[in-house]
Amino acid sequence: MKSWETTGGGKKKSPPKGLTEPAAVRWALTCTVLLFLGFFLLLPLAAVFSQAMEKGMAAYLAAVREPEAVAAIRLTLVTAAISVPLNLFFGVAAAWAIAKFDFPGKSLLLTLIDLPFSVSPVISGLIFVLLFGLQGWLGPWLASRDIQILFAVPGIVLATIFVTFPFVARELIPLMQSQGKEEEEAAIVLGAGGFATFFRVTLPNIKWGLLYGVILCNARAMGEFGAVSVVSGHIRGATNTIPLHVEILYNEYNYAAAFAVASLLALLALVTLAVKSFAEWRGRTG
Amino acid sequence: MKKFIRQTAVLPGFGLALGYTVFYLSLIVLLPLSAVIIKTASLSWETFWAAVTAPRVLASYRITFGAAFLSALTNGVFGLLTAWVLVRYRLPGKRIIDALVDLPFALPTAVAGITLAAIYAPNGWIGRYLEPQGLKVAYTPLGIIVAMTFIGLPFVVRTVQPIIEDLEGELEEAAACLGATRWQTFRRVILPVLLPALLTGFALAFARAVGEYGSIIFIAGNMPMVSEITPLLIITKLEQYDYAGATAIATVMLGTAFLVLFFINLLQWWSRRYAEK
Repeated sequence: MKSWETTGGGKKKSPPKGLTEPAAVRWALTCTVLLFLGFFLLLPLAAVFSQAMEKGMAAYLAAVREPEAVAAIRLTLVTAAISVPLNLFFGVAAAWAIAKFDFPGKSLLLTLIDLPFSVSPVISGLIFVLLFGLQGWLGPWLASRDIQILFAVPGIVLATIFVTFPFVARELIPLMQSQGKEEEEAAIVLGAGGFATFFRVTLPNIKWGLLYGVILCNARAMGEFGAVSVVSGHIRGATNTIPLHVEILYNEYNYAAAFAVASLLALLALVTLAVKSFAEWRGRTG
Repeated sequence: MKKFIRQTAVLPGFGLALGYTVFYLSLIVLLPLSAVIIKTASLSWETFWAAVTAPRVLASYRITFGAAFLSALTNGVFGLLTAWVLVRYRLPGKRIIDALVDLPFALPTAVAGITLAAIYAPNGWIGRYLEPQGLKVAYTPLGIIVAMTFIGLPFVVRTVQPIIEDLEGELEEAAACLGATRWQTFRRVILPVLLPALLTGFALAFARAVGEYGSIIFIAGNMPMVSEITPLLIITKLEQYDYAGATAIATVMLGTAFLVLFFINLLQWWSRRYAEK
């Protein structure tokens, strides 16, 4: 209870003058914010689905079931299925080392883990071109052995791993730091093994944060465009992920199909937001 | 040092966890990133300078950094308002609105790009009303600002929101008791506390906007010298197999990104000191 509610004369519930904005200002601010969010968030979201359905349900299903779209969906799923578990494992290892132990150079390590966030997606793609391209470091060696990384699936997976690298670690580190290490130490002292301690003590404490990190990591892995676009080579049916397929359809003026395929990613975004809100709510209520 | 850790740590797995972390970090991030630096170092200074100061490149910096600055400014104002309204006011459906703020994080950039282009195109939902007023958004620099504002929106809200939640009501009460108007309280008491977070959010939104590619290229029109952003220029160079040129421009962008990162770390150090005082 706010203090003014107990000291007030009992006439009004609202706080006294000077502690909150006048009603007119509150009303104006709320309307401004709703209008801004409506234009910038709600309208685009509505537009994706409305444009996707413009030519009817049959056209929508046809666009989504087309062989090239199916191949793009499959490649996107494969990419996420490889990159998310790898970054999940890394995230847990990094969070364990950083949150449960003290060592010199910790803040430098934290900064380095965040690095992929501050690198433009295009540059994230460029670095793999520099590494594996024909003019690159490993390019000639790979070419002489007929190993294709760039403009093929491995390049797409690598670029995706780079871009989604920090997501799980970044979610877990502050969470595990705030929880301290007393519970784990108690388990160890009572004779539990390292893995038993992790799975029985740590994991139940961090599961909602972990879920949140994984779902964000997955959303980015499936939706990454810039980095993947640089390394993919845009070979239809072979190295196109869903976002790249959307781009091709859009550039061919096949708008209804482009938005139909894009709506799959928009649905994924909505599911991500729903799971995120749920995980946050569970994380708070325990 | 090693001995020190062994003596105090009860928990197992430090060596393994840290070892794997450093190994994976080096393999996935540091090694590939060093490719840019080494490639740049192999260029002669003249080549580098010519590549990063060509008129078309300079024009792209102006557009990218200018639009990113204006969009981060927009987000600074509206992000602060949004965070304030979400924390302080009662409104229906607040939980849904709050979740929706993260949409630009979750929505793939290509989807955002084609959608914004469709909305602001001359025949789009908003574009058809702006076009008769002589206001062209899609395929102009204004469209770039709109796309950058969209993707930067959550940064300011999410950095400022927790600080507003933690604000101590007593300070505002004291100000009011001493006769301050609400505006004076906001400007003299609330704003100084929020400032570090607000600047951090601004810097994060700016950095994200500068590097952004997917949501911008569909709405930008991509006219050289007018509405061509720097990341697109890097891709154009790559497509022409001009790896040296692409890397040189990438180095400039990386340098800017690191400067912003440094600025953010400085801000956080400042706000921690502020909190301790």
